[in-house]
Amino acid sequence: MQSIVEFKNIHKSYPGVIANDDVSFKIREQSIHAILGENGAGKSTLVKILYGHVKPDSGEILINSDLAIINSPSTAKNLGINMVFQHFSLFESLTVAENLILGMNENISLTRLKKKSKTICDKYGFNLNLNSPISSLSVGQRQSVEIVRSLLNSPKILIMDEPTSVLTPDEISKLFIIIKNLVKDGLTVIFISHKLEEIINLSDYVTIMRNGKVVSTITTQNEDPETLGYKMLGYKVSKAKQVSDINFSEEILNIKNLSTQSKDPFRINLNKINLNLKKGQIFGIAGVAGNGQKELMEILLNENDYEFSGDIIFKDSNINDLSTFQRKSLSISFVTEERLGHSAVPEMSLSENIFLSMNHKSEFKKGDFINFEKINSYASDVIKNFNVDTPSFNVKAGKLSGGNLQKFIIGREIMSNPELLILSQPTWGIDAGSEAFIKKTIVELSQKGVSIIIISHDLDELLEVCHRISVLYEGSLSNPLNVENINITKLGKYMGGLFD
Amino acid sequence: MVFLIRVQLREDYSNLIFYLSPLVAVALTLFFGSFIFLILDLSPIESFKIFFISPISNSYGISELFVKATPLAIIALGLSYCFKNNIYNIGAEGQLTMGAIFGGGIGLLFNDSTSFFLLPLMILFGAIGGAFWATIPAILKTKFNTNEILTSLMLTYVALYILDYFVVGPWKDPAGYGLPKSMPFPDAGRLPVLIDGLRVHIGVYFALIICLITYIIYNKTLFGFKLKVTGLSSKASQYAGFKYKNLIFYTFIISGACAGLAGLFEVSGPIGLLYRDISPNYGFTAIIVAFLGRLNPFGIILSSLLIALTYLGAEDAQLFLKIPSAVGFVFQGLVLFFLLGTDFLNKYKVFIK
Repeated sequence: MQSIVEFKNIHKSYPGVIANDDVSFKIREQSIHAILGENGAGKSTLVKILYGHVKPDSGEILINSDLAIINSPSTAKNLGINMVFQHFSLFESLTVAENLILGMNENISLTRLKKKSKTICDKYGFNLNLNSPISSLSVGQRQSVEIVRSLLNSPKILIMDEPTSVLTPDEISKLFIIIKNLVKDGLTVIFISHKLEEIINLSDYVTIMRNGKVVSTITTQNEDPETLGYKMLGYKVSKAKQVSDINFSEEILNIKNLSTQSKDPFRINLNKINLNLKKGQIFGIAGVAGNGQKELMEILLNENDYEFSGDIIFKDSNINDLSTFQRKSLSISFVTEERLGHSAVPEMSLSENIFLSMNHKSEFKKGDFINFEKINSYASDVIKNFNVDTPSFNVKAGKLSGGNLQKFIIGREIMSNPELLILSQPTWGIDAGSEAFIKKTIVELSQKGVSIIIISHDLDELLEVCHRISVLYEGSLSNPLNVENINITKLGKYMGGLFD
Repeated sequence: MVFLIRVQLREDYSNLIFYLSPLVAVALTLFFGSFIFLILDLSPIESFKIFFISPISNSYGISELFVKATPLAIIALGLSYCFKNNIYNIGAEGQLTMGAIFGGGIGLLFNDSTSFFLLPLMILFGAIGGAFWATIPAILKTKFNTNEILTSLMLTYVALYILDYFVVGPWKDPAGYGLPKSMPFPDAGRLPVLIDGLRVHIGVYFALIICLITYIIYNKTLFGFKLKVTGLSSKASQYAGFKYKNLIFYTFIISGACAGLAGLFEVSGPIGLLYRDISPNYGFTAIIVAFLGRLNPFGIILSSLLIALTYLGAEDAQLFLKIPSAVGFVFQGLVLFFLLGTDFLNKYKVFIK
């Protein structure tokens, strides 16, 4: 087999960072080629160069041994290169078929497109109703729409950026079968991931990148997660193991019969949620995305003044009617799922982003004036204590990579000494190094007596750090399971909604 | 589907160009403006001289430039609070009118007063009148979720008709030969001029003070921070615990008070009484001034001078070139158009295929 893509001495630097430093390797035709690396290792930049999204400073790309000049995604598509992004770009209120036709470069009638899509779906086992609106689909199905959209352009090469980060274990194994079948039919798949086990299960070859450079390109066959992880990081990752579930007595948070009755079809209604959290306990809320996680977080944060019934009791006092500001003043901290534009403003500096969440603290204010000196020193402390890789606190938040920004945001909240920390998807879409660091930090924090709620669809993460796990399914919360002697089959059933 | 023109967001657009684009817009306006003169069979160079240079070639002209720039700057500074907060108050003209009615009303009520306190009281009521008029769209938006662009605009016409009612009705000057105007304010209710014989008045100081205060608010205070966050991301603003509804009220009240102040300055300064046409669209033109100044307080001072020049130029052009003074509005429109254009091109790449 010959190489379909060859990267030759690719260089790309941004002010202050070298994203790709002399990157050269080959990708064989009809193979699954993984690119593994820490966040900031340059893997996203590299595939964006291949997809024509980013222009390299120097270097060449050969497609089928011919020099290719890829100036834009449409040139890439003409060369048979397609990409499925980590963040979907679908129109919620349009149907699957309508979304598919929007991605087409050629003129095609809706009926012909439906026929073509149906063939693809049937052949590879995508379970999609072409006439349903995107808003009614699960995250996994939405990803299928993105993949089908790429396949409609009959690509030779498909780039997938962290495709598994939003899927349930079941959906992941289905996706892998689809990918393998696609490769059998002649496609070449470039698969970006930081999940070591997945790469071993799925890929034929893996290129490991670190600090913008290629460490090596190897066949995956002879690797195990530990050796691969070592190559990626240059050091060994230790798992954050939660200590056993001991003497929790003091109650911190008690949620009683929390329900909502929204008529908005785009919102999941919560149904009699009960949750009891003790001091120093980590409580995981598992479940597939779109089962009420967003709504639960909004009510805990009291965004948008949504109406609900039931009670939220924090340390013996009812906080139902308290505003976000008042809840934060009671030392409850929040880290939302969306980093950019929610728990941080990309256009603002890191210092300003400290004040964004800490504006209730009197030490950062002199009357109505902002005390920038104090804020800057707080920001420096966060950057130092939480290994945030940035030259200064004046850098705009949007310039940081996902993992770095997440470390910064979590660090910002932790340094304010919260009694209760509520995190949504704390390690979603970030690299293994940052992920390990964040998990370790969370566990240490609980040992100091901080109570933590983690809302996450990453089951492995919850099993690793939590004491108790409940599953959120269509707005209902299961009874908690003790992680120490957890019954995985039972948990699996809960994930599918089988609980009372 | 085939698009002839495609646009794509630039990954990181330039801040420098963001601040330079007003200059580019002005240059483009001059370039395309010269075609207007050519079409009218006038020499562009001569016309530009009459339009932009001769109006400010003597002390009277410079005084007039400040007379025009003062209300524009005060209103635009107020509007910048709303615009930073992504609230589109375009009813400043009505708030200006209401300020003139409230403040001017005080002047007419105490028309035999010689008290030193009359003028400060008129100024206070001018600000209150403008703020009151701006509170209405704020209430409508927060309580009924109406679009503030429509309500603030419609209220402008309501305010103009209220002024009309007063100057043809109860406040009509009995000695005014039936003309729709009030009697003049007493001397104690007139705004002091800076230089004898010229019309430039102490409103200039107010504009500069408001500019400085605004600069401090935007850069040093929690309130300015709230506006900045809310303007960039409403979700982040909720996360930070800021109350959007309160911000809507505050920004409307500030911008209304500024517009009202400007209105009062007009009637108690250059005009000296109330009548129908107290403002040559200052309230609307100030929108252009605010954006041309990049919502930056010092930028607004500069852009108010530039736009004031288009007013003066238009008057001179009418006099010496025999063309309608509406040419001034054409130039204002061109500046805004090119400014929006340069902003767009700075933010997006455009492909033509």
